[in-house]
Amino acid sequence: MVVDNMLYNLGRYVNLLRDSVSRPEKFSMYYKETMRQMDAIGVGSVFIVLLISVFIGMVTAVQFADQLGDSFVPSYYIGYIVRDITIIEMAPTITCLVLAGKVGSNLAAEIGGMRQKEHIDAMEIMGVNTAAYLIMPKIIAAVVVIPMLVAISAFVSIIGGYLSTVVPGTISHTEYVLGLRSFFVPRYVFMMFVKAAVFAFLLTSVSCYFGYYVKGGSIELGEASTSAVVVSDVMILVFDFLIALVLT
Amino acid sequence: MIRTDNIIKSFGDNDVLKGVTTEFYAGKPNLIIGSSGAGKTVLLKLLIGLFEPTSGKVYYDDTDLFALDDEALREVRMKVGMLFQGNALFDSMSVGENIRFPMDMFTNKTMGEKEKRVNECLEMVNMEGINDRFPSEVSGGMQKRVGIARAMVLEPKYLFCDEPNSGLDPKTSILIDELICDLTNRNNITTVINTHDMNSVMGIGDNIVLLKDGNLAWQGNKNEVLESDSEVLQDFIFASPFLRRLREDALKTRHAE
Repeated sequence: MVVDNMLYNLGRYVNLLRDSVSRPEKFSMYYKETMRQMDAIGVGSVFIVLLISVFIGMVTAVQFADQLGDSFVPSYYIGYIVRDITIIEMAPTITCLVLAGKVGSNLAAEIGGMRQKEHIDAMEIMGVNTAAYLIMPKIIAAVVVIPMLVAISAFVSIIGGYLSTVVPGTISHTEYVLGLRSFFVPRYVFMMFVKAAVFAFLLTSVSCYFGYYVKGGSIELGEASTSAVVVSDVMILVFDFLIALVLT
Repeated sequence: MIRTDNIIKSFGDNDVLKGVTTEFYAGKPNLIIGSSGAGKTVLLKLLIGLFEPTSGKVYYDDTDLFALDDEALREVRMKVGMLFQGNALFDSMSVGENIRFPMDMFTNKTMGEKEKRVNECLEMVNMEGINDRFPSEVSGGMQKRVGIARAMVLEPKYLFCDEPNSGLDPKTSILIDELICDLTNRNNITTVINTHDMNSVMGIGDNIVLLKDGNLAWQGNKNEVLESDSEVLQDFIFASPFLRRLREDALKTRHAE
């Protein structure tokens, strides 16, 4: 039964994505909607991304500094570890998990609300391809904007690490910067952007799917919103592992 | 004209429509009536193409709606206007933007031309000057009118109205009915109205389709309603003792004349 349900949802999800890839009725309308979504997803999420990122950096640095203790590992490794953990894992994954909660639930509720208020039916009757008009601009906007947010997150996390270790005097400015500049592997930045783009696609498409097919009333809308976040989070973690396997 | 040919629609084991064959004429309001669960909404959604029939056909003039591919179906839908029970006005857009939306999406008109058409449509429904207000800022009756204006903006050949009078007071209901009737006659539109409202039936019912348990139970016009000996029709239209007495009085007067 559970497997049947999963396969049913997977099939419907793939069909919805297929329907959403079609020639726009009017390019300018899709462009306008994409810009609106970029603003909502991108600008609307900057504050929360900055907030979590600075704490991620601070916590990572403080905990690693504690683990180093009096060992023989040079203390400039703190900068190196903060940089790599942030770029490889923390910035793309944690940011996207948080965005799945903020943006994903918002998208599911927005599209689900439109379904319940017959806005989607109204557009269908007008001749609008609703799968394309309502979903594709959101996916494009997210895939463009979320990697930018992730890059900002990585940068701010590294600053957070600096603030929590250099400012209190745990290590010096020179050591932290030396760590940041040591053993740099450009491929990790590439991996960060791949992860960010894939996670952005997953969290928007999954959330739109749950919103698009919502039935019933406010309780079902709430359930759809919750499912959107939970399934997006699980998918992000699964694909995090798969990308790690492929790209390392 | 829209024609249905032996339409059957089932959801699992539940047969909602059991072979409905009927016609909806151009230039006059066509009413679908029936008690709750009779299959009115399903028939309306089938006529629009939101549901596919289990079997049977729907013809728009001579075009078989369900034989069309997606592109052709979209072209037919551009000739369709729809007024929803809940209006389905987009909350985030102003009244003017709501009415303009179909033009933004499907025409290459300039902004000036679009604004002119928006104003024409608002004038058509006696709602001039509310372009910048949001749906939440106008009353239910005004929202219905805006819904009609949006449905009319691309000059549709077919107009569908799902319970246009629900939630409105009797006086506003009559105004909405008259408005729909007037637009239908003036533009020779095939208008299909799904309604429970008996004022509408007796006021604008030029072609009335009564459904009962998924079957076509009666078809006729408002002038034939009083004299009809269809028990299903009389039970539905004159459901209360008061209305039955009114009918008897009306018949007596008519026969005396």
